[in-house]
Amino acid sequence: MNSFLTRYSSTTPEADIRKAKELYGEDDDVSEMIWGSAGGFGNLAKGVPTFKVPAVPDPTSFLRMHTDDHADPSCRIKIKHGTTTLAFRYQGGVIVAVDSRATAGSYVASGTVKKVIEINPYLLGTMAGGAADCQYWETYLGMQCRLHELRNRERISVAAASKYLSNLVYSYKGMGLSMGTMICGWDKTGPAIFYVDSDGTRLRGDLFSVGSGSTFAYGVLDQGYRWDLTDEEAQELGRRSIYAAGHRDAFSGNTVNLYHVKQDGWQFIGNYDISELHYNGPGNVPGAPGGGYGYDVRVAGRSSANAPEDQ
Amino acid sequence: MDISFALTGKGYVIVAADTTAARSIVKMKVDEDKIKVLSPHLLMAYSGEPGDTVQFAEYIERNIRLYHIRNTYALRPPSAASWIRRSLADSLRSRRPYAVNLLVGGYDTSTHTPHLYWIDYLGTMSEVPFAAHGYGAYFALSLLDRYHDPEASVEEGLATLRRCLDEVAKRLVVTPEKYKVKIVDKDGVREVEI
Repeated sequence: MNSFLTRYSSTTPEADIRKAKELYGEDDDVSEMIWGSAGGFGNLAKGVPTFKVPAVPDPTSFLRMHTDDHADPSCRIKIKHGTTTLAFRYQGGVIVAVDSRATAGSYVASGTVKKVIEINPYLLGTMAGGAADCQYWETYLGMQCRLHELRNRERISVAAASKYLSNLVYSYKGMGLSMGTMICGWDKTGPAIFYVDSDGTRLRGDLFSVGSGSTFAYGVLDQGYRWDLTDEEAQELGRRSIYAAGHRDAFSGNTVNLYHVKQDGWQFIGNYDISELHYNGPGNVPGAPGGGYGYDVRVAGRSSANAPEDQ
Repeated sequence: MDISFALTGKGYVIVAADTTAARSIVKMKVDEDKIKVLSPHLLMAYSGEPGDTVQFAEYIERNIRLYHIRNTYALRPPSAASWIRRSLADSLRSRRPYAVNLLVGGYDTSTHTPHLYWIDYLGTMSEVPFAAHGYGAYFALSLLDRYHDPEASVEEGLATLRRCLDEVAKRLVVTPEKYKVKIVDKDGVREVEI
Protein backbone atom coordinates (compact mmCIF):
# COMPACT_ATOMS: atom_id res chain seq x y z
CA MET A 1 0.00 0.00 0.00
CA ASN A 2 2.87 2.28 0.85
CA SER A 3 4.07 2.33 -2.71
CA PHE A 4 0.65 3.45 -3.93
CA LEU A 5 0.68 6.29 -1.43
CA THR A 6 4.06 7.57 -2.50
CA ARG A 7 3.33 7.18 -6.19
CA TYR A 8 0.30 9.45 -6.15
CA SER A 9 1.23 11.87 -3.36
CA SER A 10 2.53 15.30 -4.31
CA THR A 11 4.45 16.17 -1.14
CA THR A 12 7.00 13.35 -0.72
CA PRO A 13 10.63 13.50 -1.89
CA GLU A 14 9.76 10.90 -4.57
CA ALA A 15 7.19 13.28 -5.96
CA ASP A 16 9.77 16.05 -6.12
CA ILE A 17 12.05 13.80 -8.11
CA ARG A 18 9.13 12.86 -10.37
CA LYS A 19 8.37 16.50 -11.00
CA ALA A 20 12.01 17.26 -11.69
CA LYS A 21 12.09 14.46 -14.20
CA GLU A 22 9.02 15.77 -15.96
CA LEU A 23 10.66 19.20 -16.18
CA TYR A 24 14.16 18.18 -17.23
CA GLY A 25 13.44 14.85 -18.92
CA GLU A 26 14.61 11.40 -17.85
CA ASP A 27 18.37 11.05 -17.53
CA ASP A 28 18.99 7.70 -19.21
CA ASP A 29 22.49 7.37 -17.82
CA VAL A 30 21.38 7.36 -14.21
CA SER A 31 19.39 4.50 -12.74
CA GLU A 32 17.22 4.85 -9.65
CA MET A 33 19.57 2.53 -7.76
CA ILE A 34 22.43 4.97 -7.79
CA TRP A 35 20.62 7.91 -6.14
CA GLY A 36 22.55 9.09 -3.12
CA SER A 37 25.55 6.84 -3.80
CA ALA A 38 28.50 7.17 -6.09
CA GLY A 39 29.23 3.60 -5.06
CA GLY A 40 33.02 3.67 -5.17
CA PHE A 41 33.15 5.47 -8.51
CA GLY A 42 33.58 8.75 -6.58
CA ASN A 43 32.02 11.90 -7.90
CA LEU A 44 33.55 11.42 -11.33
CA ALA A 45 30.79 9.05 -12.35
CA LYS A 46 27.41 10.32 -13.37
CA GLY A 47 25.64 7.13 -12.33
CA VAL A 48 25.43 3.75 -13.92
CA PRO A 49 28.52 3.54 -16.09
CA THR A 50 28.11 3.52 -19.84
CA PHE A 51 30.79 3.43 -22.48
CA LYS A 52 31.24 5.02 -25.87
CA VAL A 53 30.63 2.84 -28.90
CA PRO A 54 32.42 3.54 -32.20
CA ALA A 55 30.20 5.61 -34.53
CA VAL A 56 30.14 3.05 -37.32
CA PRO A 57 27.27 0.88 -38.60
CA ASP A 58 28.63 -2.34 -37.03
CA PRO A 59 30.66 -1.59 -33.87
CA THR A 60 31.34 -5.27 -33.19
CA SER A 61 33.10 -5.99 -36.46
CA PHE A 62 34.89 -2.65 -36.20
CA LEU A 63 36.27 -3.68 -32.82
CA ARG A 64 37.17 -7.15 -34.04
CA MET A 65 39.03 -5.66 -37.02
CA HIS A 66 41.36 -3.85 -34.64
CA THR A 67 41.67 -6.44 -31.90
CA ASP A 68 41.85 -9.83 -33.64
CA ASP A 69 45.51 -10.70 -33.21
CA HIS A 70 44.90 -14.19 -34.66
CA ALA A 71 43.88 -12.92 -38.08
CA ASP A 72 46.22 -9.94 -38.07
CA PRO A 73 49.22 -10.05 -35.73
CA SER A 74 49.93 -6.37 -36.37
CA CYS A 75 46.46 -5.21 -35.24
CA ARG A 76 46.38 -1.91 -33.34
CA ILE A 77 44.78 -3.04 -30.08
CA LYS A 78 46.08 -6.24 -28.53
CA ILE A 79 43.73 -7.52 -25.87
CA LYS A 80 45.36 -9.36 -22.98
CA HIS A 81 44.40 -13.04 -23.18
CA GLY A 82 45.65 -16.41 -22.07
CA THR A 83 45.06 -17.73 -18.64
CA THR A 84 44.46 -20.71 -16.47
CA THR A 85 41.95 -20.47 -13.65
CA LEU A 86 40.22 -23.19 -11.67
CA ALA A 87 37.81 -23.60 -8.83
CA PHE A 88 36.33 -26.64 -7.19
CA ARG A 89 33.91 -27.42 -4.42
CA TYR A 90 34.54 -30.16 -1.91
CA GLN A 91 33.68 -31.23 1.63
CA GLY A 92 35.76 -28.42 3.17
CA GLY A 93 34.64 -25.46 1.05
CA VAL A 94 35.88 -24.04 -2.24
CA ILE A 95 39.43 -23.94 -3.61
CA VAL A 96 40.22 -21.20 -6.11
CA ALA A 97 43.57 -21.24 -7.91
CA VAL A 98 44.82 -19.12 -10.80
CA ASP A 99 48.03 -18.33 -12.64
CA SER A 100 49.38 -14.78 -12.95
CA ARG A 101 50.52 -14.35 -16.57
CA ALA A 102 49.06 -11.76 -18.95
CA THR A 103 49.97 -12.08 -22.61
CA ALA A 104 49.28 -9.75 -25.54
CA GLY A 105 49.86 -11.89 -28.60
CA SER A 106 53.17 -13.66 -28.04
CA TYR A 107 54.39 -10.99 -25.64
CA VAL A 108 54.29 -11.69 -21.90
CA ALA A 109 52.84 -8.37 -20.76
CA SER A 110 52.91 -9.16 -17.04
CA GLY A 111 53.74 -11.99 -14.69
CA THR A 112 52.16 -10.57 -11.57
CA VAL A 113 48.48 -10.20 -12.43
CA LYS A 114 45.88 -10.67 -9.68
CA LYS A 115 43.38 -12.91 -11.44
CA VAL A 116 41.26 -13.50 -8.35
CA ILE A 117 39.00 -10.54 -7.74
CA GLU A 118 37.96 -10.17 -4.14
CA ILE A 119 34.36 -9.06 -4.56
CA ASN A 120 33.64 -9.06 -0.83
CA PRO A 121 34.76 -11.17 2.17
CA TYR A 122 32.50 -14.03 1.06
CA LEU A 123 32.73 -13.82 -2.73
CA LEU A 124 35.58 -14.33 -5.15
CA GLY A 125 35.58 -13.89 -8.91
CA THR A 126 38.19 -15.26 -11.29
CA MET A 127 39.55 -13.54 -14.35
CA ALA A 128 39.91 -15.07 -17.84
CA GLY A 129 39.54 -13.36 -21.18
CA GLY A 130 39.73 -9.57 -21.27
CA ALA A 131 41.50 -8.40 -18.10
CA ALA A 132 39.82 -5.01 -18.11
CA ASP A 133 36.34 -6.43 -18.69
CA CYS A 134 36.64 -8.86 -15.80
CA GLN A 135 38.21 -6.39 -13.41
CA TYR A 136 35.71 -3.65 -14.13
CA TRP A 137 32.51 -5.68 -14.14
CA GLU A 138 33.40 -7.80 -11.15
CA THR A 139 34.24 -4.68 -9.13
CA TYR A 140 30.93 -3.28 -10.27
CA LEU A 141 29.29 -6.54 -9.18
CA GLY A 142 30.86 -5.96 -5.76
CA MET A 143 29.10 -2.56 -5.54
CA GLN A 144 25.77 -4.13 -6.42
CA CYS A 145 26.29 -6.90 -3.87
CA ARG A 146 26.90 -4.26 -1.17
CA LEU A 147 23.73 -2.42 -2.20
CA HIS A 148 21.86 -5.72 -1.95
CA GLU A 149 23.13 -6.11 1.62
CA LEU A 150 22.04 -2.59 2.56
CA ARG A 151 18.62 -2.97 0.99
CA ASN A 152 17.81 -6.46 2.24
CA ARG A 153 19.81 -6.65 5.50
CA GLU A 154 21.22 -9.94 4.26
CA ARG A 155 24.24 -11.10 2.27
CA ILE A 156 23.61 -11.85 -1.39
CA SER A 157 23.63 -15.51 -2.37
CA VAL A 158 26.27 -16.76 -4.80
CA ALA A 159 23.47 -17.75 -7.16
CA ALA A 160 22.01 -14.23 -7.13
CA ALA A 161 25.36 -12.50 -7.51
CA SER A 162 26.35 -14.68 -10.44
CA LYS A 163 22.96 -14.20 -12.06
CA TYR A 164 23.33 -10.44 -11.72
CA LEU A 165 26.64 -10.67 -13.57
CA SER A 166 25.35 -13.02 -16.24
CA ASN A 167 22.32 -10.80 -16.92
CA LEU A 168 24.62 -7.81 -17.10
CA VAL A 169 27.06 -9.32 -19.60
CA TYR A 170 24.18 -10.78 -21.60
CA SER A 171 22.82 -7.27 -22.08
CA TYR A 172 26.12 -6.42 -23.79
CA LYS A 173 26.14 -9.59 -25.91
CA GLY A 174 27.66 -9.11 -29.35
CA MET A 175 29.39 -5.87 -28.35
CA GLY A 176 32.79 -7.40 -27.81
CA LEU A 177 32.91 -8.18 -24.09
CA SER A 178 35.24 -11.11 -23.39
CA MET A 179 35.01 -12.78 -19.97
CA GLY A 180 35.13 -16.29 -18.62
CA THR A 181 34.70 -16.16 -14.89
CA MET A 182 33.86 -18.28 -11.90
CA ILE A 183 31.92 -16.67 -9.07
CA CYS A 184 32.78 -18.59 -5.93
CA GLY A 185 31.62 -18.16 -2.38
CA TRP A 186 29.81 -19.41 0.69
CA ASP A 187 26.20 -18.51 1.41
CA LYS A 188 23.19 -19.91 3.34
CA THR A 189 23.23 -22.98 1.11
CA GLY A 190 26.93 -23.69 1.71
CA PRO A 191 29.83 -23.52 -0.76
CA ALA A 192 28.91 -22.68 -4.35
CA ILE A 193 30.58 -22.09 -7.71
CA PHE A 194 29.02 -20.57 -10.81
CA TYR A 195 30.68 -20.35 -14.20
CA VAL A 196 29.64 -17.19 -16.04
CA ASP A 197 30.91 -16.12 -19.45
CA SER A 198 30.33 -13.26 -21.86
CA ASP A 199 28.14 -15.42 -24.14
CA GLY A 200 25.65 -15.32 -21.27
CA THR A 201 26.28 -18.91 -20.18
CA ARG A 202 25.79 -19.46 -16.45
CA LEU A 203 26.38 -22.90 -14.94
CA ARG A 204 26.32 -24.18 -11.36
CA GLY A 205 28.90 -26.90 -10.75
CA ASP A 206 31.42 -28.60 -8.49
CA LEU A 207 34.50 -28.19 -10.64
CA PHE A 208 35.47 -25.77 -13.40
CA SER A 209 38.61 -24.67 -15.15
CA VAL A 210 38.66 -21.75 -17.59
CA GLY A 211 41.25 -20.37 -20.00
CA SER A 212 43.76 -21.49 -22.59
CA GLY A 213 45.45 -23.80 -20.08
CA SER A 214 42.22 -25.29 -18.75
CA THR A 215 42.59 -28.65 -20.54
CA PHE A 216 45.97 -29.19 -18.90
CA ALA A 217 44.57 -28.26 -15.50
CA TYR A 218 41.58 -30.58 -16.00
CA GLY A 219 43.97 -33.45 -16.77
CA VAL A 220 45.44 -33.27 -13.26
CA LEU A 221 42.37 -31.92 -11.47
CA ASP A 222 39.83 -34.53 -12.65
CA GLN A 223 42.15 -37.41 -11.81
CA GLY A 224 42.89 -36.17 -8.28
CA TYR A 225 39.43 -34.84 -7.38
CA ARG A 226 37.19 -36.42 -4.71
CA TRP A 227 34.42 -34.82 -2.64
CA ASP A 228 36.02 -35.95 0.65
CA LEU A 229 39.44 -34.36 0.06
CA THR A 230 41.05 -32.91 3.20
CA ASP A 231 41.83 -29.16 3.23
CA GLU A 232 45.54 -29.87 2.73
CA GLU A 233 44.93 -32.32 -0.13
CA ALA A 234 42.52 -29.90 -1.81
CA GLN A 235 44.95 -26.98 -1.65
CA GLU A 236 47.71 -29.19 -3.02
CA LEU A 237 45.46 -30.34 -5.88
CA GLY A 238 44.64 -26.76 -6.85
CA ARG A 239 48.29 -25.76 -6.75
CA ARG A 240 49.44 -28.85 -8.67
CA SER A 241 46.79 -28.34 -11.38
CA ILE A 242 47.73 -24.72 -12.05
CA TYR A 243 51.38 -25.77 -12.12
CA ALA A 244 50.52 -28.36 -14.80
CA ALA A 245 48.87 -25.69 -16.95
CA GLY A 246 51.66 -23.18 -16.31
CA HIS A 247 54.15 -25.80 -17.42
CA ARG A 248 52.34 -27.00 -20.57
CA ASP A 249 50.51 -23.88 -21.79
CA ALA A 250 52.70 -21.09 -23.20
CA PHE A 251 50.07 -18.48 -22.35
CA SER A 252 49.89 -19.39 -18.66
CA GLY A 253 52.58 -19.35 -16.02
CA ASN A 254 54.76 -17.27 -13.69
CA THR A 255 53.02 -17.80 -10.34
CA VAL A 256 50.06 -19.52 -8.70
CA ASN A 257 47.61 -17.66 -6.46
CA LEU A 258 45.67 -19.90 -4.12
CA TYR A 259 42.50 -19.09 -2.17
CA HIS A 260 40.33 -21.17 0.13
CA VAL A 261 36.68 -20.24 0.80
CA LYS A 262 35.22 -21.53 4.07
CA GLN A 263 32.08 -20.79 6.07
CA ASP A 264 33.56 -17.60 7.52
CA GLY A 265 34.70 -16.20 4.18
CA TRP A 266 37.68 -16.54 1.90
CA GLN A 267 41.28 -16.82 2.94
CA PHE A 268 44.38 -16.18 0.82
CA ILE A 269 46.63 -19.22 1.13
CA GLY A 270 49.66 -18.13 -0.84
CA ASN A 271 51.56 -17.17 -3.96
CA TYR A 272 53.86 -19.80 -5.48
CA ASP A 273 56.44 -19.33 -8.25
CA ILE A 274 55.90 -22.00 -10.92
CA SER A 275 59.63 -22.47 -11.64
CA GLU A 276 60.14 -22.92 -7.93
CA LEU A 277 57.32 -25.49 -7.86
CA HIS A 278 58.94 -27.26 -10.82
CA TYR A 279 62.35 -27.71 -9.24
CA ASN A 280 61.76 -27.60 -5.48
CA GLY A 281 58.02 -27.92 -4.87
CA PRO A 282 55.92 -25.61 -2.71
CA GLY A 283 58.24 -25.90 0.28
CA ASN A 284 57.11 -26.90 3.73
CA VAL A 285 53.39 -26.77 3.01
CA PRO A 286 50.88 -29.23 4.46
CA GLY A 287 49.60 -31.68 1.83
CA ALA A 288 52.59 -31.40 -0.49
CA PRO A 289 54.52 -34.63 -1.12
CA GLY A 290 57.90 -32.86 -0.94
CA GLY A 291 60.23 -32.32 -3.88
CA GLY A 292 59.63 -30.62 -7.22
CA TYR A 293 56.53 -31.16 -9.34
CA GLY A 294 58.56 -31.36 -12.59
CA TYR A 295 58.49 -34.68 -14.46
CA ASP A 296 62.27 -34.82 -14.86
CA VAL A 297 62.72 -33.84 -11.23
CA ARG A 298 60.23 -36.45 -10.06
CA VAL A 299 61.70 -39.37 -12.06
CA ALA A 300 65.38 -38.38 -11.83
CA GLY A 301 67.60 -41.47 -11.83
CA ARG A 302 64.83 -43.88 -12.82
CA SER A 303 65.05 -45.88 -16.06
CA SER A 304 62.83 -48.03 -18.25
CA ALA A 305 65.68 -50.31 -19.32
CA ASN A 306 65.30 -53.88 -18.03
CA ALA A 307 68.56 -55.68 -18.67
CA PRO A 308 68.55 -59.18 -17.14
CA GLU A 309 70.16 -59.33 -13.68
CA ASP A 310 72.95 -61.74 -14.69
CA GLN A 311 74.53 -59.40 -17.23
CA MET B 1 40.42 -36.06 -35.42
CA ASP B 2 42.30 -39.16 -34.42
CA ILE B 3 43.77 -39.59 -30.99
CA SER B 4 46.83 -41.62 -30.09
CA PHE B 5 48.80 -42.17 -26.89
CA ALA B 6 51.98 -44.02 -26.03
CA LEU B 7 53.99 -44.53 -22.89
CA THR B 8 57.06 -46.41 -21.75
CA GLY B 9 57.45 -48.49 -18.62
CA LYS B 10 59.93 -50.99 -17.19
CA GLY B 11 60.98 -52.86 -20.32
CA TYR B 12 58.02 -52.06 -22.57
CA VAL B 13 56.19 -49.48 -24.63
CA ILE B 14 52.39 -49.27 -24.78
CA VAL B 15 50.90 -47.72 -27.91
CA ALA B 16 47.18 -46.90 -28.14
CA ALA B 17 45.17 -45.39 -30.98
CA ASP B 18 41.46 -44.89 -31.45
CA THR B 19 39.76 -47.07 -34.06
CA THR B 20 37.45 -44.66 -35.84
CA ALA B 21 37.86 -43.65 -39.46
CA ALA B 22 35.83 -40.49 -39.99
CA ARG B 23 35.02 -38.43 -43.06
CA SER B 24 33.50 -35.04 -42.36
CA ILE B 25 30.98 -35.63 -39.57
CA VAL B 26 30.41 -39.29 -40.46
CA LYS B 27 32.09 -42.29 -38.87
CA MET B 28 32.90 -44.54 -41.87
CA LYS B 29 34.39 -47.36 -39.81
CA VAL B 30 34.69 -48.10 -36.08
CA ASP B 31 37.28 -50.90 -35.97
CA GLU B 32 40.17 -49.55 -38.02
CA ASP B 33 43.61 -50.63 -36.75
CA LYS B 34 45.87 -47.57 -36.91
CA ILE B 35 48.91 -49.23 -35.28
CA LYS B 36 51.27 -51.02 -37.66
CA VAL B 37 53.67 -53.74 -36.55
CA LEU B 38 56.80 -52.78 -38.47
CA SER B 39 59.11 -55.50 -37.20
CA PRO B 40 59.19 -58.07 -34.36
CA HIS B 41 59.94 -55.33 -31.81
CA LEU B 42 58.61 -52.17 -33.45
CA LEU B 43 55.20 -50.48 -33.46
CA MET B 44 53.98 -47.36 -35.24
CA ALA B 45 50.72 -45.51 -34.57
CA TYR B 46 49.77 -43.15 -37.40
CA SER B 47 47.22 -40.37 -37.75
CA GLY B 48 46.58 -37.34 -39.91
CA GLU B 49 45.32 -36.63 -43.42
CA PRO B 50 43.05 -39.46 -44.64
CA GLY B 51 44.66 -41.28 -47.53
CA ASP B 52 48.17 -40.08 -46.72
CA THR B 53 48.21 -42.03 -43.48
CA VAL B 54 47.79 -45.54 -44.88
CA GLN B 55 49.89 -44.83 -47.98
CA PHE B 56 52.79 -43.60 -45.87
CA ALA B 57 52.45 -46.29 -43.18
CA GLU B 58 52.49 -49.07 -45.80
CA TYR B 59 55.50 -47.52 -47.53
CA ILE B 60 57.35 -47.52 -44.20
CA GLU B 61 56.17 -51.01 -43.29
CA ARG B 62 57.41 -52.51 -46.57
CA ASN B 63 60.78 -50.75 -46.50
CA ILE B 64 61.45 -51.82 -42.91
CA ARG B 65 60.51 -55.37 -43.95
CA LEU B 66 62.83 -55.13 -46.97
CA TYR B 67 65.70 -54.11 -44.71
CA HIS B 68 64.98 -57.11 -42.49
CA ILE B 69 64.96 -59.53 -45.47
CA ARG B 70 68.13 -58.10 -47.01
CA ASN B 71 70.12 -58.04 -43.78
CA THR B 72 68.51 -60.92 -41.88
CA TYR B 73 68.16 -58.67 -38.82
CA ALA B 74 65.69 -55.87 -38.18
CA LEU B 75 66.57 -52.20 -37.89
CA ARG B 76 66.87 -51.18 -34.22
CA PRO B 77 64.31 -48.67 -32.92
CA PRO B 78 66.54 -45.55 -32.89
CA SER B 79 67.69 -46.22 -36.47
CA ALA B 80 64.21 -47.10 -37.68
CA ALA B 81 62.81 -43.90 -36.13
CA SER B 82 65.56 -41.82 -37.73
CA TRP B 83 64.86 -43.34 -41.12
CA ILE B 84 61.11 -42.81 -40.76
CA ARG B 85 61.66 -39.20 -39.75
CA ARG B 86 63.95 -38.64 -42.71
CA SER B 87 61.32 -40.13 -45.07
CA LEU B 88 58.75 -37.67 -43.72
CA ALA B 89 61.19 -34.75 -43.93
CA ASP B 90 62.03 -35.60 -47.56
CA SER B 91 58.32 -35.88 -48.31
CA LEU B 92 57.70 -32.47 -46.74
CA ARG B 93 60.05 -30.95 -49.30
CA SER B 94 58.33 -32.61 -52.27
CA ARG B 95 55.48 -31.34 -54.43
CA ARG B 96 52.84 -33.12 -52.35
CA PRO B 97 53.97 -33.99 -48.82
CA TYR B 98 52.47 -36.65 -46.58
CA ALA B 99 50.59 -35.03 -43.67
CA VAL B 100 51.05 -37.84 -41.13
CA ASN B 101 51.80 -37.79 -37.40
CA LEU B 102 53.47 -40.80 -35.84
CA LEU B 103 54.28 -42.46 -32.56
CA VAL B 104 57.04 -45.03 -32.99
CA GLY B 105 57.55 -47.40 -30.08
CA GLY B 106 60.08 -50.22 -29.98
CA TYR B 107 62.13 -52.44 -27.75
CA ASP B 108 65.85 -52.63 -28.41
CA THR B 109 66.77 -56.27 -27.73
CA SER B 110 70.50 -55.58 -27.68
CA THR B 111 70.42 -52.86 -25.02
CA HIS B 112 67.24 -54.08 -23.29
CA THR B 113 65.77 -50.60 -23.53
CA PRO B 114 62.33 -49.50 -24.67
CA HIS B 115 62.27 -46.48 -26.98
CA LEU B 116 59.44 -44.14 -27.86
CA TYR B 117 59.58 -41.44 -30.54
CA TRP B 118 57.10 -38.63 -31.14
CA ILE B 119 57.17 -37.54 -34.79
CA ASP B 120 54.95 -34.96 -36.48
CA TYR B 121 54.17 -34.28 -40.14
CA LEU B 122 56.87 -31.58 -40.31
CA GLY B 123 59.52 -34.15 -39.50
CA THR B 124 60.02 -33.08 -35.90
CA MET B 125 61.27 -36.01 -33.87
CA SER B 126 61.72 -36.31 -30.15
CA GLU B 127 62.49 -39.30 -27.95
CA VAL B 128 60.11 -39.14 -25.02
CA PRO B 129 58.92 -41.20 -22.04
CA PHE B 130 55.27 -40.63 -23.05
CA ALA B 131 53.54 -39.01 -26.00
CA ALA B 132 50.20 -38.12 -27.54
CA HIS B 133 48.84 -36.86 -30.85
CA GLY B 134 45.52 -35.15 -31.55
CA TYR B 135 43.20 -33.41 -29.12
CA GLY B 136 43.95 -36.08 -26.52
CA ALA B 137 47.34 -34.45 -26.00
CA TYR B 138 45.72 -31.40 -24.40
CA PHE B 139 44.34 -33.52 -21.58
CA ALA B 140 46.87 -36.35 -21.35
CA LEU B 141 50.23 -34.58 -21.27
CA SER B 142 49.64 -32.78 -17.98
CA LEU B 143 48.14 -35.97 -16.58
CA LEU B 144 51.20 -38.01 -17.65
CA ASP B 145 53.55 -35.35 -16.21
CA ARG B 146 51.82 -36.15 -12.93
CA TYR B 147 51.23 -39.92 -13.10
CA HIS B 148 53.77 -41.49 -15.50
CA ASP B 149 56.33 -43.79 -13.92
CA PRO B 150 59.27 -44.97 -16.06
CA GLU B 151 59.62 -48.06 -13.86
CA ALA B 152 55.94 -49.00 -13.86
CA SER B 153 54.86 -52.61 -14.43
CA VAL B 154 52.65 -53.41 -17.45
CA GLU B 155 49.56 -53.41 -15.21
CA GLU B 156 50.47 -49.99 -13.78
CA GLY B 157 51.25 -48.68 -17.27
CA LEU B 158 47.86 -49.84 -18.54
CA ALA B 159 46.19 -48.23 -15.50
CA THR B 160 47.89 -44.91 -16.38
CA LEU B 161 46.75 -45.29 -20.01
CA ARG B 162 43.24 -45.97 -18.69
CA ARG B 163 43.39 -42.64 -16.83
CA CYS B 164 44.20 -40.87 -20.12
CA LEU B 165 41.34 -42.56 -21.98
CA ASP B 166 38.92 -41.83 -19.11
CA GLU B 167 39.97 -38.18 -19.00
CA VAL B 168 39.44 -37.80 -22.75
CA ALA B 169 36.07 -39.58 -22.47
CA LYS B 170 35.12 -37.19 -19.68
CA ARG B 171 36.20 -33.87 -21.19
CA LEU B 172 36.49 -34.08 -24.99
CA VAL B 173 33.32 -33.21 -26.88
CA VAL B 174 33.66 -35.90 -29.53
CA THR B 175 35.06 -39.03 -27.95
CA PRO B 176 36.22 -42.13 -29.77
CA GLU B 177 34.43 -45.18 -28.36
CA LYS B 178 37.15 -47.78 -28.88
CA TYR B 179 40.92 -47.93 -28.76
CA LYS B 180 43.36 -50.50 -30.07
CA VAL B 181 46.19 -51.06 -27.60
CA LYS B 182 49.46 -52.82 -28.42
CA ILE B 183 52.48 -53.53 -26.25
CA VAL B 184 56.03 -54.19 -27.35
CA ASP B 185 58.57 -55.71 -24.96
CA LYS B 186 61.39 -58.27 -24.98
CA ASP B 187 58.98 -61.00 -26.15
CA GLY B 188 57.79 -58.98 -29.14
CA VAL B 189 54.48 -57.38 -29.96
CA ARG B 190 51.10 -58.26 -28.48
CA GLU B 191 47.66 -56.72 -28.49
CA VAL B 192 45.72 -56.18 -25.26
CA GLU B 193 42.09 -55.39 -24.53
CA ILE B 194 41.45 -52.32 -22.42
